Amino acid sequence: MKVLVPVKRVIDYNVRPRVKADQTGVDLANVKMAMNPFCEIAVEEAVRMKEKGIVEEIILVSIGPQQAQETIRVGLAMGGDRGILVKTDDTVEPLAVAKILKAIVEAEGPGLVITGKQAIDDDANQTGQMLAALLDWPQGAFASAVEKDGDTLKVTREVDGGLQTVALQTPAVVTTDLRLNEPRFASLPNIMKAKKKPIEEKTPADYGVDTANRLSVVKVTEPPKREAGEKVEDVDALIAKLKAAGAI
Amino acid sequence: MALDLDTRAQLIDTVRRFVEDVCIPLEETVSQTNSMPDDVVAQMKELGLFGISISEDYGGLGLTMEEEALVVFELGRTSPAFRSTFGTNVGIGSQALVMFGNEDQKTEWLPKIATGEVVTSFALTEPEAGSDAGSVRTKAVRDGNHYVLTGAKRYITNADKADLFTVMARTDPDTPGPKGLSAFIVERNSEGLSVGKPEKKMGQQGANVCDVNFDGVRVPITNRIGEEGEGFKVAMSVLDRGRFHISALSCGIAQRLIEEMVSYASERKQFGKPIIEHQLVTALIADSYAEAHAGRAMVMDGAQRFDRHEGVTLLAAATKMFCTEMVGRVADRAVQVHGGAGYIADCAVERFYRDVRILRLYEGTTQIQQMIVGRELHRKAKAGEPV
Ligand SMILES: Cc1cc2nc3c(=O)[nH]c(=O)nc-3n(C[C@H](O)[C@H](O)[C@H](O)COP(=O)(O)OP(=O)(O)OC[C@H]3O[C@@H](n4cnc5c(N)ncnc54)[C@H](O)[C@@H]3O)c2cc1C
Repeated sequence: MKVLVPVKRVIDYNVRPRVKADQTGVDLANVKMAMNPFCEIAVEEAVRMKEKGIVEEIILVSIGPQQAQETIRVGLAMGGDRGILVKTDDTVEPLAVAKILKAIVEAEGPGLVITGKQAIDDDANQTGQMLAALLDWPQGAFASAVEKDGDTLKVTREVDGGLQTVALQTPAVVTTDLRLNEPRFASLPNIMKAKKKPIEEKTPADYGVDTANRLSVVKVTEPPKREAGEKVEDVDALIAKLKAAGAI
Repeated sequence: MALDLDTRAQLIDTVRRFVEDVCIPLEETVSQTNSMPDDVVAQMKELGLFGISISEDYGGLGLTMEEEALVVFELGRTSPAFRSTFGTNVGIGSQALVMFGNEDQKTEWLPKIATGEVVTSFALTEPEAGSDAGSVRTKAVRDGNHYVLTGAKRYITNADKADLFTVMARTDPDTPGPKGLSAFIVERNSEGLSVGKPEKKMGQQGANVCDVNFDGVRVPITNRIGEEGEGFKVAMSVLDRGRFHISALSCGIAQRLIEEMVSYASERKQFGKPIIEHQLVTALIADSYAEAHAGRAMVMDGAQRFDRHEGVTLLAAATKMFCTEMVGRVADRAVQVHGGAGYIADCAVERFYRDVRILRLYEGTTQIQQMIVGRELHRKAKAGEPV
């Protein structure tokens, strides 16, 4: 079975994002970028499946600017086999991403797509689900465990009430939650070998996908600053304060 | 072969992440338990850290000295005990084989050293031979196809874990001084070889030094590295290269100490404002920053020259002298900036203050570096070369 893993280049999770002065978005100038952590979990899961012999080939896809190639390389160093860079400098919204991925799925014929449940930049949490709908494939979103049993995948999902286990007929789409696995460090020798793995370059037009935006961003703002709290002696003092503040 | 810039950046990024996610959170535990957790060692092996200086032909990464320095800058940002775990395989333990080993010796040992399957140590120092390394007394007496080694080595890093020792011993009893020495590879399980108990040290808990005793150890002549009488040359070539590594480590640690200073001084308030806004405190940090940067520039320049095969004995000595003294000053200022807290044992700077003290001593003390710099400059002057 082939597995397709989309990987997104986002602001590094260690960096504190700054909002641009004109409030149109987050300032990305000279900011360290890295692979979206949920995508990393997706790559790790695919690599583990390959190590177990369930998967023969791992194809990584990134849709974004030229530098997204570095993100693909990180995945190749972790154990991916080859990459596809769909190059565009435009903002590509989840629906357009899903449409491009659908076209790649049709061309490559993977038995499974593993995506992160969301990317930490926009937190949209839509791409995997939209892709499953467009392909008319079963989906297991927010996976915390994935087990293959013949043609079915048993996916444990983290849902509000607890854990739900679903059986999916492959081909299918799985999206990863935080607890699915702990991604490995790419080893230094593998980082060097990844350089020799192929990355194919495409554009959205190659897949006939129109990436014109359907959404418009009204405003991006910093979260409100937390005001310093106040310590009170006992419960009575707390109640008095709350009353004074009109909270109770 | 030098890496392209993307690959290099990814490599350094990975080491940085390993340091931040794995090593820094464990610093205190490693220090208190005086041992390196097995799973961390396993991760270091998987990452390939044991093989960074061994060429790709023998299963390593074959980094250039410049690339190695960049990696070591990152590793310096955590307790040096972590680096020490694989440091001997990268540096003094393996380089005699890398530089002077014959093809058979290299194919037998280097691949296992590169993966960390075999841990190596470098055994030069003796109770009576420290700075005066040419005065080694351990004897290697030829007996048919073997040499018989007898003597004692002292303060040997990683001896407790080593599977293989690079040993300097006197093959010519009639030639005192450096010219009578030869280098050998000696396996840990050789009969007559014993390793003493780890010493209690001032710092770098988690990395050990021990005595190594040779009591009539039979070593096949095929285990001699280089020719008879070349031992001192081998040792000095190994140390020349190692001096850039230790210098890079010093700069990395200085960087960490500066980060600790800036973060503490920005939070800690006295006289109504963060202490970083008091000019006398700022000066401590500014001096540290400038000196650390100077050290880094020296390392980069020296490493690039090393990679271009320029003679670097003079530069290596000057760089080690400056960088290790520099990190000593920076650690001292870091304690000062932390005030009383910097003297309390659960503070990272207190630990680093002790950890960095050794850097001025091993692989040639500061005085020995000064001697080399002076000697080299004098030699140039006598030869009519520009100094
Ligand atoms: C933690 C640790 C790890 C070590 N690891 C190793 C290892 O892996 N392998 C190994 O072989 N050795 C190792 N050593 C030994 C180390 O390299 C020596 O301790 C060092 O070279 C100094 O030698 P010494 O201790 O005999 O001091 P000495 O040579 O006795 O020096 C004492 C003092 O006299 C000064 N001095 C000596 N000669 C002169 C001179 N001619 N002019 C001016 N000043 C001089 C020195 O600078 C020093 O200040 C290690 C030591 C330690 C503490």
